[in-house]
Amino acid sequence: MIGFRSFLALLATLVALNASSAAEQSIVLASTTSVEASGLLANILPQFTAKTGITVNVVAQGTGKALDTARRGDADLLLVHDPEAEQQFMDEGHGSTRRQIAWNDFILVGPSADPAHVKGGSDSVAALKAIAVSQAPFVSRGDKSGTNATELRLWKLAGQTPDLLNKEKWYRDIGGGMGQALNAASAMDAYTLSDRGTWLSFNNKGSLIIAIEGDPRLRNRYDVIELDPQKHAGAKLAAAKVFADWLVSPEGQLAIGAYQANGQKLFNPSASSPK
Amino acid sequence: MGDFFEIVGLSIWVSLAATAVAAGVSLPIGAALAIFRFRGRRLIVVLINAFFGLPPVVVGLVLYLALSRSGPLGSLTLLFTPTAMVIAQAILATPIIMALVHRASERAWARYGDELTSDGATRLQAVPQILMIIRADLVTAVLAGFGRTVSEVGAVILVGGNIRGLTRTMTTTIALQTSQGDLALALALGAVLIGISISISATVFALAGRARTVGSDEV
Repeated sequence: MIGFRSFLALLATLVALNASSAAEQSIVLASTTSVEASGLLANILPQFTAKTGITVNVVAQGTGKALDTARRGDADLLLVHDPEAEQQFMDEGHGSTRRQIAWNDFILVGPSADPAHVKGGSDSVAALKAIAVSQAPFVSRGDKSGTNATELRLWKLAGQTPDLLNKEKWYRDIGGGMGQALNAASAMDAYTLSDRGTWLSFNNKGSLIIAIEGDPRLRNRYDVIELDPQKHAGAKLAAAKVFADWLVSPEGQLAIGAYQANGQKLFNPSASSPK
Repeated sequence: MGDFFEIVGLSIWVSLAATAVAAGVSLPIGAALAIFRFRGRRLIVVLINAFFGLPPVVVGLVLYLALSRSGPLGSLTLLFTPTAMVIAQAILATPIIMALVHRASERAWARYGDELTSDGATRLQAVPQILMIIRADLVTAVLAGFGRTVSEVGAVILVGGNIRGLTRTMTTTIALQTSQGDLALALALGAVLIGISISISATVFALAGRARTVGSDEV
């Protein structure tokens, strides 16, 4: 029977293909969406691969999901940006070392019409209070990402809890990545919290502008986390360590600092002086 | 541009492989379900038809949990590989192809069943003969399966991970570019996807049409 024979041949091909791809060195990096969507990883990874022969396969997820992927053992290394969730991950014993590689900042973006009258300030908490009072539309990532976690921490400082917010019509939880949130905010003339990297490389801004920037509470730190060898014996930890070490090395730091999108620097290397 | 051809190539490769696997399973079983009589046969047929509209994202999730290193099939380390995408799409295409093959086989069996088993031939021997008789319907069935696989995004993005240069297909690229606000680029790739999908289907259909007119017309 032709169908069955070709089926067997195909299975053999699949197995062979999988074996050959496992033969070369490759690791799975679970990362936040921002380092992928901003183009940073696509820019620096070829340099690393050329030097070491190790391929880094990037699965870009929100920080919360990336940490879960690693907990389940489906990643070899993490690159994330939510200090509190990372600390919990370390406390659970899943991580071995956690090092900061770079920082930039979050910004509050909103429609140029600025219905909440917050444009130009630097106090993010006051701005959120003003948005809540004016009931201007606000888009939340709602995806347990690092940006989402930061947003909820700021709302807490502004006297709001997720339960209260979710009852409000103007608070729109879209459950998506940074780009989707910016697309939604642009379409609905809403405010949203964005990391600066994704914002600068985003190409569908519409009438969105930066409303608030420069608040120390808006600092955004990116950490690389290696996994615990006892809990994650199946992971390719040696190759993962080579990449983690490269990210914090002078060469890797130089590559991170040199990356620009639309003529602007996106990430400030900070391995030697963590912010 | 190198990326572009890689993405298109992977999309087609994964979808064709998945369709081939699904067809390999579905053709003999679909025909056998029309030919053999056994307890529970009706139930199986109902289930296959019910799975016609299997939600891809659910298939993706279940497969994700199964292939995860902490899941039952974790030791295969297939998560985030093209093979995982082939498996997901094959699962989605199988009920479609099998249901269509079964329907055509049932019609053919009703008409030719007695003839095919009259000279002492077993029902097992009738399976390939029924498939020969309905070969024109097989083309439609397999194309329907291919259409499902090449256009699907929910399952492959979960089990493939949308990894650049490894598991990034046309549909996952469109999702990614949309999320980066590159709507024009996403739309252009969407047009390419539709073009490729249509031309593959048209080519196969035309070839099958020629085969049908050249060969003897049995149905």
